[in-house]
Amino acid sequence: MPRPALAASGAVLAALALSACVPNATADDEAIAVDSSNDACDVATAEVPSGTVVFDVTNTGDDVTEFYLLASDGLRIISEVENIGPGITRQLVVQVPAGDYLTACKPGMTGDGIQAAFTVTDSGEDVTTGDNAEQLAAAGEQYLLYVRDQIQTLTTKTDAFLAAYTAGDDDEARALYADARVHWERIEPVAESFGDLDPMMDAREADLAEGESWTGWHRIEKNLWPPAEGYDLTDAEKQELADKLAADTAELASRVNAEDFAIDAFQVGNGAKELLDEVAAGKITGEEEIWSHTDLWDFQANVDGAAVAYGVLHDVVAQTDPDLVEELDSRFTELNEQLAQYGSIEEGFVLYTDLTEDQIVELARSVDALGEPLSRLTAAAVL
Amino acid sequence: MTDAEVPVDDAAARSGPSRRLVLGTAGAVAGGLALAGGGFAAGRATAASASQADAYDFYGAHQSGIVTPQQDRLHFAAFDLTTDSKARVVSLLRRWSEAAARLMAGSELGSGAAGGAYAAPPDDTGEALGLPASGLTLTFGFGPGLFDSRFGLGSKRPDQLIDLPHFSGDTLDPQFTGGDLCIQACANDPQVAVHAIRNLSRLAFGDAAIRWAQLGFGRTSSTTRAQDTPRNFMGFKDGTANLRAEDTDLVDRWVWAEPGDGQEWMTGGSYLVARRIRILAEIWDRTSLQEQEATVGRTKGSGAPLSGGSEFTEPDFSLKGRDGEALIRPDSHVALAHPSAHGGAMMLRRGYNFTDGADSLGRLDAGLFFLAYVRDPREQFVPVQNALSSSDVMTVEYLRTTGSALFAVPRGLAPGSVLGSEGAYVGQELFA
Repeated sequence: MPRPALAASGAVLAALALSACVPNATADDEAIAVDSSNDACDVATAEVPSGTVVFDVTNTGDDVTEFYLLASDGLRIISEVENIGPGITRQLVVQVPAGDYLTACKPGMTGDGIQAAFTVTDSGEDVTTGDNAEQLAAAGEQYLLYVRDQIQTLTTKTDAFLAAYTAGDDDEARALYADARVHWERIEPVAESFGDLDPMMDAREADLAEGESWTGWHRIEKNLWPPAEGYDLTDAEKQELADKLAADTAELASRVNAEDFAIDAFQVGNGAKELLDEVAAGKITGEEEIWSHTDLWDFQANVDGAAVAYGVLHDVVAQTDPDLVEELDSRFTELNEQLAQYGSIEEGFVLYTDLTEDQIVELARSVDALGEPLSRLTAAAVL
Repeated sequence: MTDAEVPVDDAAARSGPSRRLVLGTAGAVAGGLALAGGGFAAGRATAASASQADAYDFYGAHQSGIVTPQQDRLHFAAFDLTTDSKARVVSLLRRWSEAAARLMAGSELGSGAAGGAYAAPPDDTGEALGLPASGLTLTFGFGPGLFDSRFGLGSKRPDQLIDLPHFSGDTLDPQFTGGDLCIQACANDPQVAVHAIRNLSRLAFGDAAIRWAQLGFGRTSSTTRAQDTPRNFMGFKDGTANLRAEDTDLVDRWVWAEPGDGQEWMTGGSYLVARRIRILAEIWDRTSLQEQEATVGRTKGSGAPLSGGSEFTEPDFSLKGRDGEALIRPDSHVALAHPSAHGGAMMLRRGYNFTDGADSLGRLDAGLFFLAYVRDPREQFVPVQNALSSSDVMTVEYLRTTGSALFAVPRGLAPGSVLGSEGAYVGQELFA
């Protein structure tokens, strides 16, 4: 018969704390306390063995601070943690091979910071992940190419869709609608990162507050698949909606093609996760395409986009967390196989309203099965 | 006292940081005393004992949450296995076992709720931070589906793990019926019970998904003599005649599977009957006190049998009144459910009052979530339920069973078992 655990005195817990499991990446590693004050950067130790190094950086100063681990030249950043508000503790976890380094606190976020020598001795442990900076930068660039390509196709297909719509060829417009939106849905987190464009282009009727005007894809969707009689628009109203969506799409294209537009690996990883969140929140419930019921096109496009984002990070994560790669590979396959039962982007999908409740539950479970490990992608890639 | 002088309990050392300790450390961290992941080492003594005082041991010959003094709150979840790989089921049970040991100790999962990698979602969802263990027990069970063709375990299905028959009057909702696995989470704080199920279901994504779940807000049984008899949603004391942990001979006879019962992997385990019984409260509430007491067979106030005495007086079914009729009606709940009517068969009941709000007609969707542990459902539950379903005025007039499931609950894990990805797990004898 179970009985209350009597052994657990405070003292036992104290001992436990020393051996307690701490973050996954840092199991069995002790964190090095860093006290970043207005005029000092006290690092609890200046020498550690190579491997996973954890800094707990506490800002005891009055300004926002940053903490850097720098190469011995004081220029190359090995890793950093930014935006530490006064009184806040943030953790920096980094894989470091043996060598000479510098630590630096940057109270006020300006200047070279308060630097000190930091030595990493050879522990004999393999530090395989070392410096992924180049690979991660390449991943960001590769993903940006994909985004630009999708938006180019989006622009072309949107033009064709809008031409049919304004010409009054509703059948043709309905046939083109879902296929054009695929290219939006594949890169949705990037489009959403432009907070002004997204609501003008992709707001659903339910997203609007009282008195807000409604434009974009779903406004046209409701016109093409009216819920009842009496939802007709005049030619002028249609033309206005079409011109607006075309202009907003062109603006989106010009922003992602701007020379200074970049996507980093962190955003790629989070984008993958957000695409699955989109599926879990809007597509699996049939809320996204409430009039056309073409949710499975969006669903597949979100999964496609997540797979591409995962793909560009694959090689990095294969080094840092091979188990995660194995799980993600099999979960992507499972979900894609399930979706394939209902069609394809090329051949078209069944409508959301044609799915049975059991089929929706099955899809939702596969989305959860992929979404949970995918939420660990960013940390596995960028740590 | 220095840390070196402290005897470290093995089980405690395997647990993660205490939830209580984490909150206690803010000041110490700022002072630069932190040793690891947010400074679990600081501020320890008082918070630690408060956190652990109401923790039950995860390890033992039997799983916790059966004869454990019944806690006040429940979150029960039944799962469908979504994998068809036996190895994945074993992996899931290992993850669950390891997490259960931590949760029951009042510790955070993995790297905790606020101490993990900044770019990763926290391993622990965090709503139990700062809360003590709260008497949490986690009890794992296997439904008939685990023994279907997917996993090659068909030959190990216990005969006792029957497909429950249809009982007269059952109006089962598939949404509250069946399941391949179950977890019964009981605690004295509902937030702790819900936190446990939430985090365990998160660990299951991809291998198992919740099929249905039930919250219980108040216990309707006592499993030890020290506990008062609680009242069910009908306003009557419930479980007066329940099996108690102290009745070890009876518990051995009626709760624990013994060697020779059939499947040896179940030795030391038990069978859990779960039934979601809606009470037609509005109708019951319009029934006279006389009729209510006659229906139950006990007084509403003290819970004494209508044959006289006090709550714990044995009912005398032969005692007659002026009209020559038994004082306890033969079709009363007490008469029909009493062990004397079923060859002495007893159950260890562990039920909870529930309410899921109101139905579309504005009636309370509330009742009793019946949980009972038995050694053999065929002898202990089915005959009693058949008698109640056909003759019990209470069951026929005022109750509607809307959910039903049966699970085999394997034995506990021996103290000293090492958990982890290659370690011991609940139900390991089945997969051996």
